[in-house]
Amino acid sequence: MCLAVPGRVTKIDGEKAEVDIGGIRREASLELISDQGVKIGDYVLIHTGYAITKLDETEAREILEAWGEVARAELEG
Amino acid sequence: MLSKYKDRDLVKKTAEKIEEVADAETLRIMHVCGTHEWAITHNGLRDLLPENVQVVAGPGCPVCVTPGGEIDALCRLALEGGVVVTTFGDVLRVPGRERSLAEAKASGADVRVVYGISDAIGMARQETGREFVHFAIGFETTAPTTAVEVIKGLPPNFSLFLSHKLIPPAIQYLLESGAKIDGFICPGHVSTIIGADAYKDLSSKYSKPMAVAGFEPLDIMLAILNIALQNRKGIAYVYNEYARAVRASGNKIALGAMEKAFQVSDAEWRGIGTIQSSGLRLRQENIKHDAEWKYGISAVGGERMPEGCSCGEVLLGTLRPESCPLFGKECTPERPVGPCMVSIEGTCAIAFKYSDRRLRSQAE
Ligand code: SF4
Repeated sequence: MCLAVPGRVTKIDGEKAEVDIGGIRREASLELISDQGVKIGDYVLIHTGYAITKLDETEAREILEAWGEVARAELEG
Repeated sequence: MLSKYKDRDLVKKTAEKIEEVADAETLRIMHVCGTHEWAITHNGLRDLLPENVQVVAGPGCPVCVTPGGEIDALCRLALEGGVVVTTFGDVLRVPGRERSLAEAKASGADVRVVYGISDAIGMARQETGREFVHFAIGFETTAPTTAVEVIKGLPPNFSLFLSHKLIPPAIQYLLESGAKIDGFICPGHVSTIIGADAYKDLSSKYSKPMAVAGFEPLDIMLAILNIALQNRKGIAYVYNEYARAVRASGNKIALGAMEKAFQVSDAEWRGIGTIQSSGLRLRQENIKHDAEWKYGISAVGGERMPEGCSCGEVLLGTLRPESCPLFGKECTPERPVGPCMVSIEGTCAIAFKYSDRRLRSQAE
């Protein structure tokens, strides 16, 4: 029920967007994230037809790298 | 990029690290999210954890905590009142006290499954001669979608049976209950709306480590590692592991819409009871779109669980599904006795799907 799936924005028309969810095109509303500056190519999380947040890939990469280092350093040390 | 979060090697290393760090006799970590339960079970994460680290599922499936009385009220509206009832797919088979919506549909009621509330509103706009009642269930992930539509304005032949529920009051309830819980994995999708800061007060008031987590194996393992670290150091704060999706203050538009459309009320959680300030009601100005008001129905009180069903304990994390006497015998996903066996996010349904073959062949 609380399932949300990531999709890539392929088209934007006002508050409606077309998103690509694993190869399937769906319409999603951008109303709830109209302040997050969504552009074509961005990844968003979609829940029951509404995008609920933009996914930040830089953040993801940085956190992953940071944790990777922590895990490695402390495990090896 | 995301594939890293599935990296078995990294997941294993994190598990080893957890074993190293977790020095408590038992570290009992609760999550309150059906999708987390699915990810943990599907990826076999419990098997990777050391024996002293337990991850239990709390009341994280909105379908499972929907009171049977509400299902009955909607069935009656559809069967006797001739209204069209719209709702999400996994609600259909939830047993009410009398029947499920699927059974009402089989008896001729007009019950329709929708993907989202906007589809239901679209139908009501098309079929102006019919009355529509949308059964709006879900936690903070779903409530804003209902809220934005309320604010934009609903068609006159459309009303809402609101059953949205809020997660932080449920966490508080669990902490007050005195159950042994040493930390919480906070639900990722709910948190995109309410923000990581929403748990701050609870974490400090009850001195419990909390970690907002995503849904890949590594996300969950990193959250557990963080909680183990906090526990070892004797500190408690909210760690946001899912920062790629969750901001500290959440989704301002969604929170604003909820504030504008709803007021907080007490709500009944099936198998648990009434939890203070854990539900939402329409504000007075939209009362004409409140199905309970419009049709003079009330579904509150008198909740009974089916005979022999242990869903209450499963929902509170005090019993694993396999220990319910009905699990896999009288109660299976094909013929659910309790609500936890219905939804794909129900703890029992997930356990059944992934339980070993021995249990399954016993059931057959
Ligand atoms: S196995 Fe069935 S009856 Fe037992 S707790 Fe789970 S859902 Fe309820």
